[in-house]
Amino acid sequence: MRSSVTMAVIIWLIATSIRVLEVLSVNSGVDLEISRYLPILLEDLFYVFILVYYRFKIQSIESGNFVDLLWKVFATGLVTTVISLSIRLFYDSIADTMLAENEYLETFLKSVNVALISVFLISTLTVWKKLILYQKSKKLVAYWNVFEIALVASIFFNLTGLTLQEHLIFEILFAVMAIMAIILSANLKWVAYLNFKQKWKSVLIIVLITIYIFYFFTYLYVSPEEAITNFNAIDDLFIIVVFTFLLFYSIFSLLVILFNLPTSSVFEKKMEEAINFQRLSQSIQQGENEDQIFDVLLNSSMNAVYADAGWIEVNLDKDETKILSKHISRENINQVKEHIMTSKNRSVITNPMTSDSDSDRVLVGLKKSNYKSAFIVPLTIQNQVKGFMYLLNEVSDNFNKEMISIINTFAGQASVSVENFRLMGEALLNERYKEELNIAKSVQRALLPKVLDHNSSFSIHAFTEAAAEVGGDYYDTFQLSEHRFAIVVGDVSGKGTSAAFHMSQMKGIFQSLVQLDLSAEEFLTYANTALSKCLERTSFITLTYFIIDTESKTLEFSRAGHCPTLFYNKKKQLAEYYVDKGLGLGIIRNSTYKNFIEVNKMTFAKDDILVLYTDGISEASNAVHDEFGYDRMKSLLQQNAHYDPKMIQKVFISKLYEFCGGKDLDDDYTMLVIKFN
Amino acid sequence: MIEIKKETENNYLNILVNGEADASSSIHLDKAIKEAMEEGHQRILIDCTNLNYISSAGLGVFMSYIEEISEKSIDFILFGLSEKVLKVFGILGLDQLLTIKENKEAAIASFREV
Repeated sequence: MRSSVTMAVIIWLIATSIRVLEVLSVNSGVDLEISRYLPILLEDLFYVFILVYYRFKIQSIESGNFVDLLWKVFATGLVTTVISLSIRLFYDSIADTMLAENEYLETFLKSVNVALISVFLISTLTVWKKLILYQKSKKLVAYWNVFEIALVASIFFNLTGLTLQEHLIFEILFAVMAIMAIILSANLKWVAYLNFKQKWKSVLIIVLITIYIFYFFTYLYVSPEEAITNFNAIDDLFIIVVFTFLLFYSIFSLLVILFNLPTSSVFEKKMEEAINFQRLSQSIQQGENEDQIFDVLLNSSMNAVYADAGWIEVNLDKDETKILSKHISRENINQVKEHIMTSKNRSVITNPMTSDSDSDRVLVGLKKSNYKSAFIVPLTIQNQVKGFMYLLNEVSDNFNKEMISIINTFAGQASVSVENFRLMGEALLNERYKEELNIAKSVQRALLPKVLDHNSSFSIHAFTEAAAEVGGDYYDTFQLSEHRFAIVVGDVSGKGTSAAFHMSQMKGIFQSLVQLDLSAEEFLTYANTALSKCLERTSFITLTYFIIDTESKTLEFSRAGHCPTLFYNKKKQLAEYYVDKGLGLGIIRNSTYKNFIEVNKMTFAKDDILVLYTDGISEASNAVHDEFGYDRMKSLLQQNAHYDPKMIQKVFISKLYEFCGGKDLDDDYTMLVIKFN
Repeated sequence: MIEIKKETENNYLNILVNGEADASSSIHLDKAIKEAMEEGHQRILIDCTNLNYISSAGLGVFMSYIEEISEKSIDFILFGLSEKVLKVFGILGLDQLLTIKENKEAAIASFREV
């Protein structure tokens, strides 16, 4: 950039010196044998370097800053004009002196002027280029490039010595390039982006620029003594084309700006609407609430339709209504609503999106109130009408199609934003719930025993798998004495974290009571009393409590509402459910519970089997809603009674999975298998 | 999914429970029974003919009203239970605390004399 200025100045100096020398040679009669083309060529190179310089200079300016660009042009023109005027002033002041006749001075100063004017022309040309190419299309860019090449080529046309007035070819070339310039001048899209103030500023600046252009033109081509219409010989194609181009573009811009003034407010309004729309669609941040969206909605809508007053009413849960109003009081709201209800002048605009009449918009003309027209828009969230926005105006028939359209867009976007906000909230809740379930699962897992107490008289194996929504299955063992063991299997009602917590309460109760070596009846009575204090209103626990005495080979047990135990009798080779009475824990929360306890005693022999389980297994269902069922379990045990407990369990569970066909678990699967040795 | 319908007839309230009473839907069952209690009905029938499934949540709902039914001497009778659902009540032992009849006629016939 700098180098081009330096080059330009150097070249100009050389050119000027040559011109001065030319005068010298004419005056002194000496032929210096300087080609007459040389100074012209140098001046052309001067133009080229100035073109290069401005190309880089203007490139760095942001293209959106139109008024700034125009100011720069104006400033350059001003400087040029000032210098030019001061030269003229200088001449006026020295008129009638010898200095005024000095040809060398005259040549020098003329050269200065021409240089400055061409700087102004080229800088303005570059700015005009930026304005034209503000919205580029491939075609436009190509077209401009052709024009620019032609312009640069035309710089050197003055070497031919032809003039506009006398030579046809000059006229033709000029006409062609002038037409190209005019066509290019139709690219004035940047005007639309000015706001009202900027438009006026631009008008002012362009008028001044036009004045400069005229002034410089007359300076170059109009002799002061002769009439304005008689031009000097125009020998520079480049300069005249640039003049023409600049002039046309200035005039076109001026006209377009002036004609756009009345409609500029509409454009600005559209821009504002677009911005408001973006505000509405931004998702609500954490910690904010839906009210903000409604606020933006009401404000944007009122601005868009020049409403004098308006309000939004939203139905919250529990029959509450929230009202957000602007420029109207509550009492007035009720009054206006009444008027709206009674007004006969109403048109209903159906919502093209749905056939639901709830979401129709209503346009009402009012007579009796101070508001003459009203527009009512329903606000739908998740396909339900949750509220209404009322927009009022003191002028009748205020709401036109455009306004209605934009309001619909706003309302729609507001709905989407609110829905998103709510969905986000739900998603967060879901995440939290999943976390809770994971905690419940790990609690449950931690509470189930890793080691099952037993002795050499029986082997025991347990299996449990928790459902995704933890189900509250429980089992435990305890060695009461050398030959006696307490074994318990149970199921807490419900799912999730509350089931897991109740399960841990049950474990606590078991671990405490079992140390007292109670009978089955006593255990259940105490357990029921303890649980009555800690269970929720609708919760209960089913349990079966066993005491195995391996010395006397007896079982004592009681079934508190739990699934009936499955027994296998080796001698009879039969599996059967033990049928007895019982009631779950926590259902009768007073001392009458013990009336519902039935205790059973049994003996067992070698290879007899006990299968304890929870209803997750017996009620496991497949795709067609069949249950695994008691009968299936019974026959499975009978068929596999020869195996050890672990194997029996494996067979059961694999058959169970096969039955369910890969469906997800609804409830925990738990089973204990005890085989007597 | 559950569907609850209430029919007031002569001198009793008949609540039809259709569908499945599981963890999510038992809230509606709870609400219906609660309202019936608050309205002061002395004779409440629960029609379980179209009740396909009841989970521990559903059972818990019935269980939670046992005391109130007894205190207020309400005739609270379930009828039309399928074999499967009846078995569930039986295993838990709720059949010892709630009146369960086979059908509507049997239920009405068992109303206490006022």
